[in-house]
Amino acid sequence: MPLLFIIFPLITVLILNLSYKKIGSKAALLIGTIITLLQMLMSMTFGGFIWKGLTDTLRVNFITDFRINSYSLIVLFTIGLISFVSLIVGRSSTGKDKFNFVNLVLIILMGMNGVTMVADLFSLYVFLEITGVASFVLISLHKDKYALQGSFKYLLMSAIATVFMLTSSAIVLMFAGSLKFDIVNTYILSYNGVPFQMVIAFMLFITGLSIKAGLIPFHGWLPDAYSSAPAPVSILLAGIVTKVTGVYTLLILFTSVFGKNTMIGTVLMVLGIISILVGALAAMSQDDFKKILAYSSISQVGYIILAVGIGSPLALLGAILHFFNHASFKSLLFVNSAAVEMQTGTRKISSLGGLASRMPITGGTSIVGFLSAAGIPPLSGFWSKLIIIIAAWQAAAYSYAAVALLASILTIAYFLRLQRNVFFGHVAEGLENVTEANAGIKGVSILLAAINIVVGILFPLVFKYMQSIGWI
Amino acid sequence: MDLSSFNSDFVVFLLLLLSLIISSLCAVMIRNLLKAAIALASTSAILTIVMFILNSPWAAVFELSVCAGLITVVLISAISLTGEKPSEEIVILRKKRLQRFMILPLILVVVAALLWISWPYLSNWVPKIVSSEVTFQEALWNIRQLDILGQIIIILAGVFGIVVLFKEREVK
Repeated sequence: MPLLFIIFPLITVLILNLSYKKIGSKAALLIGTIITLLQMLMSMTFGGFIWKGLTDTLRVNFITDFRINSYSLIVLFTIGLISFVSLIVGRSSTGKDKFNFVNLVLIILMGMNGVTMVADLFSLYVFLEITGVASFVLISLHKDKYALQGSFKYLLMSAIATVFMLTSSAIVLMFAGSLKFDIVNTYILSYNGVPFQMVIAFMLFITGLSIKAGLIPFHGWLPDAYSSAPAPVSILLAGIVTKVTGVYTLLILFTSVFGKNTMIGTVLMVLGIISILVGALAAMSQDDFKKILAYSSISQVGYIILAVGIGSPLALLGAILHFFNHASFKSLLFVNSAAVEMQTGTRKISSLGGLASRMPITGGTSIVGFLSAAGIPPLSGFWSKLIIIIAAWQAAAYSYAAVALLASILTIAYFLRLQRNVFFGHVAEGLENVTEANAGIKGVSILLAAINIVVGILFPLVFKYMQSIGWI
Repeated sequence: MDLSSFNSDFVVFLLLLLSLIISSLCAVMIRNLLKAAIALASTSAILTIVMFILNSPWAAVFELSVCAGLITVVLISAISLTGEKPSEEIVILRKKRLQRFMILPLILVVVAALLWISWPYLSNWVPKIVSSEVTFQEALWNIRQLDILGQIIIILAGVFGIVVLFKEREVK
């Protein structure tokens, strides 16, 4: 069945492009949206008899070396959700390139699904490259000068990441004799502790993935790429792409391939804490709405990496929950920034003001988004941060826990500055006639805000439901 | 290092590796794009020989046909479509370029020195010979199916890249 996650979008891309009659961009968007909804459904009912029957009838079980565990189902669901949001926002803001946009979103969807499900280091690399190539093109969709620059930076950094990851794979192949996750893991377990050459291989892979995830000090490309990309693409990149390619892969490699190692764990924790702090401090001094969100992403990803570094089951649960929550609140905020940019024509927060009275839904949902990002109860972001901090405390990493806690105050600080400048106060000059964005954008921001509120308030029930469908 | 291993084969191999490094440095540092593309092609050609000596004929064939052949053709045809820059600009660019790449040979020397120093420790790492019991066909079509699927998707991504980035020029 896992192959369905790749086959469905692939067939859709082929049909969209090879059909006898040219399919219009609106129809293409609709079909793309259906595929993303289908992905959410499949991840919620994974292993259900419909899918099993479909797999058997269509005989799409010719490739079986996938690795699906409960965490990957959450990730697959999140990929579907954020792609859905991105397609809805793309409906009103990608101009003439809608058709290509839909195709590229489907390709990036396949890439990310592959990254989530593979069980082999080389296949992992192949799917990371698919995601990468599709992202470069998506960022430069409008061929705007800054976007091309941002995309080029991302391309160069990704090439460096590739070198690191391939070198690492070569070392692993030399010693373990295979790149399959379970064989590598058995090889490592046959030693007492992780052998030195594997530590080197893992360090190289971590470096490559840190570039992909935009962790400090490898973050140079990220703010430019995020802020110069078209709005729906920034949602996709910040919400899910860098999280899957960098963070989730790191989690999988750390927990089930290279095995937990105190030294590597500490390195990850330090990387996480530095990202949390530097990302938050850098976000404070920005004037561009999207750049603030980009630096905030670096900071929030730091929390996930910190949790991965701690490595206890509770910490990993926190990491995967924060993965989902971050995707939902950060894409909510990016949707809001897209709405503001579309209606006012600017992203500079110094020239905005008082928009809450003109765009009540955007203003209201963005408050939900930032409170959730800052970890204020009862929103969803609170629970995942709480779990991560408790896990850090249990692992006797008191200073890390304290810094992670205090960094939440920094998060509130930069988001309050953003809110005050954009949505509160007097309406800025020239913005008196601004109206709310179109129904699609309003709809997805309400949907995402609702996810944040419902998951937050009903967390125990949501948690039980997640357990019942095998996600946790 | 044991001196007895210095037979003629080993010397040839060392020379090949050295020329590999030199030609790849040339590919990065030469200002003339055409010459740089040719240097890149010769890097691939030398790499092909190295792979062949290392008993990887299939990898060697692909390296030769794709990297040395196809990519060079694409690069050279792309270069022949672009124009030259004015000469004053070239002088400025040349200075900047050289400053930027001066560090490269230095890095190489440092890495080589580090390897030389740590050789006694590294030589204990006996790499496993990856089993070559499976045939090429089996490896490609039975073991690496997923990667072939991945390759189809990556080609699709490349196609859309070209469509998105170059379409407008066609219309003009």
